[in-house]
Amino acid sequence: MANNVLVLAEHFQGHVTDITFELLGKARELAPALGGSVGVALLGHDVGGLVSALGAAAVVYAADRPELREFTPDAYAAVLGIAVAHASPRVVLLGSTSVGLDLLSLLSARVNLPCIDNCTAIKFQDGGLVATSQIYGGKVFAEVLLTQRTTLIAVASGMFPAEAGRVSGKPQVVQIPHALVAPEPQTSFRRWIEPPPGDVDITKIPILVAVGRGIQSADNVPRAEALAEVLGGAVCGSRPVIDQAWLPKTRQVGKSGMTVKPKLYLALGVSGAPEHVEGMRGAELIVAINQDPQAPIFSVAHYGVVADLFDILPLLTAEIKTRQG
Amino acid sequence: MNIAVLAKQVPDLVEGVEIDASGKAVDPTSIRYILSEPDDHALEEALLLKERTQARVEVFSLELGEVRDTLCTALAKGADRVVMVRTGLDTPPDNHTAAKMFASLLRGLAFDLVLTGVRAIDDLDGSLGGLLAGYLSLPYVGLIRKVEISSDGGTVVVEKEYPGGYAAELEVRLPAVLGIQAAEQPPRYVPVSRLRQVMKTGTVEEQMASPTPAEPVGVERLFKPEEGAGAAMLSGSPDEVARQSVNLLSERRLLR
Repeated sequence: MANNVLVLAEHFQGHVTDITFELLGKARELAPALGGSVGVALLGHDVGGLVSALGAAAVVYAADRPELREFTPDAYAAVLGIAVAHASPRVVLLGSTSVGLDLLSLLSARVNLPCIDNCTAIKFQDGGLVATSQIYGGKVFAEVLLTQRTTLIAVASGMFPAEAGRVSGKPQVVQIPHALVAPEPQTSFRRWIEPPPGDVDITKIPILVAVGRGIQSADNVPRAEALAEVLGGAVCGSRPVIDQAWLPKTRQVGKSGMTVKPKLYLALGVSGAPEHVEGMRGAELIVAINQDPQAPIFSVAHYGVVADLFDILPLLTAEIKTRQG
Repeated sequence: MNIAVLAKQVPDLVEGVEIDASGKAVDPTSIRYILSEPDDHALEEALLLKERTQARVEVFSLELGEVRDTLCTALAKGADRVVMVRTGLDTPPDNHTAAKMFASLLRGLAFDLVLTGVRAIDDLDGSLGGLLAGYLSLPYVGLIRKVEISSDGGTVVVEKEYPGGYAAELEVRLPAVLGIQAAEQPPRYVPVSRLRQVMKTGTVEEQMASPTPAEPVGVERLFKPEEGAGAAMLSGSPDEVARQSVNLLSERRLLR
């Protein structure tokens, strides 16, 4: 019976990324309770040097080939599918990342296995394995009882401690046979595009005033900028603000934006969708102002205010100015 | 070049979402439906491709909520054909069921490109685009912010987002399915007068589909996070709240 836990290793620019260690840590907790062991799938080219960082796993299922140097969903899904067939896992853990999200759905349909997205917790409950998933922008959680079938699970970043999975060692390496992989790739990698230069680097600024959809229009952004200015900080924003072009892409916090850890993160009209929280959870002090008492941002904030941000924003700016004399 | 856009209705979170008496599903009467935001971007990207290459854009949506308005808006924005897909289901299908249904619907049609939002707020069992590509044995790439069609129409070059502001440029052979994160420009605005005109004269086609329910993921329980759990809530008049907030910053030496 499938009772192992298989983790997909993600790596970027020659380093195993944090999400991999977060998943490995969780896998080490789950596998013994399932009566199985931890495996990790390592796909790429010239990645042999990464094996020693994956000591949290008993077995590394490796595919080291030029066509896997960079991620393409088709080729990776094909190889990961073979790894899944070999590793007999009860659960396959992926990151809810640019790589993991593509693979989750593609593989689920291709190999006909159930999948769960946006997972925040996995635990044993009444003898069964239960995954908790965040839906509706973090406003609702769903508990799903896993069946006995292999289930693919994409886990949100930052849910499990990375330290628990950061174990160096010499796991057994098993090469993934790749005779079954289609020789003609449908998707090919061309190049990396670097982040746009020239703007402030929000990852290095200790005070950030973040604006979300609640700022309502580009015309209101200067009001947040005025507050950032008296605080000596900068303005950043959540995805909807960037997509509306109210702020440049360089100011985006969250998935596919920046991960920031400032001393102060003042969130104005930011709902706190999981994709945003992922990028700011590590701030030292989070103060959130939002009109919606159910906004998920209040679950991550240290201090919260339920109010119209336009009532508070000018008063905050004025009060700080007064105290600064 | 034929482009299909799959556009989905999702609950408007501004209106809130309530859990029903069973505790396992959301209460449909608590929900006002709107177009899923990434799907709005998928439509915008399709319309940009139409402007550049004279592609034909067809939009498919499951019958739900105010979907007719959404489809009329798509027509008003420039879509060539809009189709409301009727399923006979009481509740929206899960993504596996929806993907199987769209796979059988699209299989017989000659589409070069299927665009849909990379995710929706009610995704629990994966995302529609990846599942659809899997069932149709087509290539899929998600988290796309830019699409360019090659001059011979045989491939697209896309930009896929990564953390830290990075993106990968990939070339994908057509036909393919793409999960759009953001269009190259914000979704366009339709003047109300134009929308009114389309609602009078435009055609929303209807098509029946018979979904084969996939093995659903077994939701045991839905719950809401405790309100404000974790945050100490400041209360009082706006003046008082502003003063308390500034006190917090001052105590932590965060004021200059």
